[in-house]
Amino acid sequence: MTGIAVRGVAKDFAGTRALDGIDLDIRPGELLALLGPSGSGKTTLLRSIAGLEPLTAGTIHFGGEDATGLRVQDRKVGFVFQHYALFRHMTVAENIAYGLTVRPRAERPARQEILRRVDELLDLVQLPGIGKRFPGQLSGGQRQRVALARALAVEPRVLLLDEPFGALDAQVRKDLRRWLRDIHQRTGHTTVFVTHDQEEAVELADRVAILNRGRVEQVGSPDDVLDHPANAFVAGFVGQAVRLDVTVEDGQVRAGPQTLATAPPGARPGPAALFLRNRDLAVGSAEGAALTGTITGIARSAASRRLEIRLAEGLPPIEAEVGLDFAAARGDVVGLTLATLRLFPRDPEVGGT
Amino acid sequence: MTALTLPSREWLRPKPSALPGFGLTLGFALSYLALIVLIPLAVLVWRASGLGLSGLWAVATTPRVRAALETSFYLSFAAALVNAVFGLVIAWILTRYRFPGRPLVDAMVDLPFALPTAVAGIALAAIYASNGWVGSIVEALTGLKIAFTPRGIFVALVFIGLPFVVRTVQPVLMDLDREVEEASATLGAGRLQTVLRVILPALVPAILTGFALAFARAVGEYGSVIFIAGNMPFISEIAPLLIIVQLEEFNYAGATAIATVMLSISFLSLLVINLIQSWSRRRFGDV
Repeated sequence: MTGIAVRGVAKDFAGTRALDGIDLDIRPGELLALLGPSGSGKTTLLRSIAGLEPLTAGTIHFGGEDATGLRVQDRKVGFVFQHYALFRHMTVAENIAYGLTVRPRAERPARQEILRRVDELLDLVQLPGIGKRFPGQLSGGQRQRVALARALAVEPRVLLLDEPFGALDAQVRKDLRRWLRDIHQRTGHTTVFVTHDQEEAVELADRVAILNRGRVEQVGSPDDVLDHPANAFVAGFVGQAVRLDVTVEDGQVRAGPQTLATAPPGARPGPAALFLRNRDLAVGSAEGAALTGTITGIARSAASRRLEIRLAEGLPPIEAEVGLDFAAARGDVVGLTLATLRLFPRDPEVGGT
Repeated sequence: MTALTLPSREWLRPKPSALPGFGLTLGFALSYLALIVLIPLAVLVWRASGLGLSGLWAVATTPRVRAALETSFYLSFAAALVNAVFGLVIAWILTRYRFPGRPLVDAMVDLPFALPTAVAGIALAAIYASNGWVGSIVEALTGLKIAFTPRGIFVALVFIGLPFVVRTVQPVLMDLDREVEEASATLGAGRLQTVLRVILPALVPAILTGFALAFARAVGEYGSVIFIAGNMPFISEIAPLLIIVQLEEFNYAGATAIATVMLSISFLSLLVINLIQSWSRRRFGDV
């Protein structure tokens, strides 16, 4: 198992800076997600690790070995592309065997050995017996599995996946997520995958690295990034929070005319951004409540109800999740308690969303 | 109502469809093809049939006709082959690289389409003749004459067939996913292996199409060839020229006989190429 050390990596594309000094340690055997909005540089970083993009500055080490100047062919990475990039004129078996058959004669395994390996990999990706088919005859999910088998065939040091489930529909995505987790547990490859879907990142990864504008905003376990976001960007990007622009004054958090809650100790007075997640809001009776709001919308999901609540005119609606037994109608006034306060000073340096 | 009593004619009955127009377009296509292609060809065969099959055979196997047919088909095949290679290289350069003057080169590729073929023939003859500036160099270096020999015919056929391969390969090459090449590289394949095993196979159907078009065009070419060929019977005389010669002698049966033989050989060659193509399309799928 090989760890990856990324140091001071920068990449310019025709004058625009795609990566701006990235430092990132990927531990041996871990499953790391590169999460960020589009244009954040996550795919560029992945391609840089693979050697598909020459760096403007910085170094990349694979388990202590400097790989910065190594050609793609010599890096021994398994790369899985979003749109599979299968060789469509080859059968599935030929696709998987490709990485072995292009080796110089001296290093190439015997024909029988290659066939055995292809069968083994087809079993691993749960597609036994489809070796003779062409990629055009497979579904999207099947193609993605074949692409992974092809990448694994060369026994890569690290496995890199670029939005591996981006082109698939919701149900297939879910299945493949569980399946990828499985495969990772069985093979133990150091794996990095790119996604813009925060749910996918926290569900699948051991650790998540959140990128924004070519920089790493936070690296941590799913618990870390969800419960202790390092800054306003992370808080806004993960956890499906509603952002309210508030002011901290006299130990109180205020949004417009409304006082929302008592400010936590140590909160800096001045403009701030408050991030509210569904679950952070306790909804109760309006009687005697310090904070009230009006229900402006109700939406049903599988196991709960989502309420859209307006605190005051001019403020964006916030969302709360309640049990199915909660009786509510549009127009009702309810009492609210903020369970967790995710408060970040609003200054342009860290507040960029 | 006949459709009801004759189930075998089921397909003739219009089926309700969200996108109507099959009947109209089929009717139009068939009448158009008939007027432009089928009727003239049928007349050709009909005129030739006046000679009878044995008469046709007699004309086709006259030594002079045979020599001309061989010259035409062999040289056309060779020229199409050369065009397949060079057309591929030109298409590659035009799609893969941005360099100053690229639009100019791109436009130049179509010139053989636009130029009156006689003009091309005269220009080529002047340049490749023993005293022309390419011809004189080649002759000084190798002692080979180009213009007024079969080599001259070959040069002319390469010239007029060039755009076909370029224009059929170019769009396919443009659509070729760069990720496929990157995938090949991450799997350890060198550049040459990627080109030979990943890119070329994907281009085979397009190259074949371009080859077939260049070949067909070369077989029928007349204007540019006669100026550079020298037109010596048994050496550098092409079949279309022989047809003109027959016509000038008012030997219409002879002319149509040669034409019919050419038509059958061309048709057979194109049919074979098409079969190879449809095989390769099946093989390479349509993802």
